[in-house]
Amino acid sequence: MKRELSVLIILILGAFMMLIPLGISFGEPGHSAMDDYFIRHGQEQTGANNIVTAVLFDYRGFDTIGESTVLFTAVIGVGLMFRKLMRGDADENE
Amino acid sequence: MFLNLPLVVVVLLALIGIATILLKRNLVKIIFGVTILTSSVNLFLVTLAYREGGIAPIYTLAPADVMVLPTPHALTLTNIVIGVATTALMLSFAVIIHRRYGTVNIDEIRELRE
Amino acid sequence: MLMRMSKIVRFAADLLYPGILIFGLYVIMHGHLTPGGGFQGGAVIATAVALVAVAYSYDEVLAMVRKLRFIVQESGGLVLFLGIALAAVALGTTVFANYLANTGMLFGLAVPFGPNPGELNTGGVMPLMNIAVGLEVWGALALVVLYMLSGIREKEA
Repeated sequence: MKRELSVLIILILGAFMMLIPLGISFGEPGHSAMDDYFIRHGQEQTGANNIVTAVLFDYRGFDTIGESTVLFTAVIGVGLMFRKLMRGDADENE
Repeated sequence: MFLNLPLVVVVLLALIGIATILLKRNLVKIIFGVTILTSSVNLFLVTLAYREGGIAPIYTLAPADVMVLPTPHALTLTNIVIGVATTALMLSFAVIIHRRYGTVNIDEIRELRE
Repeated sequence: MLMRMSKIVRFAADLLYPGILIFGLYVIMHGHLTPGGGFQGGAVIATAVALVAVAYSYDEVLAMVRKLRFIVQESGGLVLFLGIALAAVALGTTVFANYLANTGMLFGLAVPFGPNPGELNTGGVMPLMNIAVGLEVWGALALVVLYMLSGIREKEA
């Protein structure tokens, strides 16, 4: 019962998703005013040759703060899990 | 045949990822399916940034050409790091479940149901 | 716990470790000139830690380095990154402003427009942010590797 339902869901999803390659034009982005501004003025405003790094750290720096916090929280979670695991076994030496 | 082949590959990868999540019984294989789905979304982001005949948006020793859009590349970098964090947490959950139940088959991990 | 590998594997790991470290630091430092940056360089250096953890047994790795060092390094990287971002408020501009670009100070050379061979002295506040994020990602991925190795239990068969 569950496997037939899953196959049906995958077929319906596949039929809807196949509209994506027909609808989106590949190679011509529509609205690129913001990125044209970044490419033209990125070197004189930030002083970096790499426009992707300039976007990551200068124009869109808040996303990088959020991503660092996500990585930090995930490592805290992994540490908590394995500290609970080691409580049952012998004591580990830090 | 389709001229926009990368978008067809994106749809295929997404379908393979969703099929792996729905149809497999081993917990580790379901985690693989989530990773495949993340890779499909990353490829979609990079595909949306392409401009015809463009080079990478870096000015160091670059030939004078049109450049592709730089913002989706930055979003893809962030998404890759978030995928690493998600996979690490899910795998540590799988280790805890194996210690508690002795198996990673999802048909036998049913303590919440009864 | 896990057995140590043979002499050839340990020798090869000893030879490769400084090379991976130098390449990772190069990718981090030249993030504003070539493809790369903080996240990519931090992941490259974390593979060096994983290489040493595989070649030597887990008990020897614990004798070499404690987990507290990586915890301090990861937290220090995040605090340094936030400090550089918030120091712009103390200098008069908004949060996350690039207060070192196009001035004469530490990383502040002006860049002419168009393709040019890159120079390391440019970039403003971005190489410092690259170093901070590189330290954080290095500590985070090394911690994940070491914690997952500590959960392996040998079968007493």
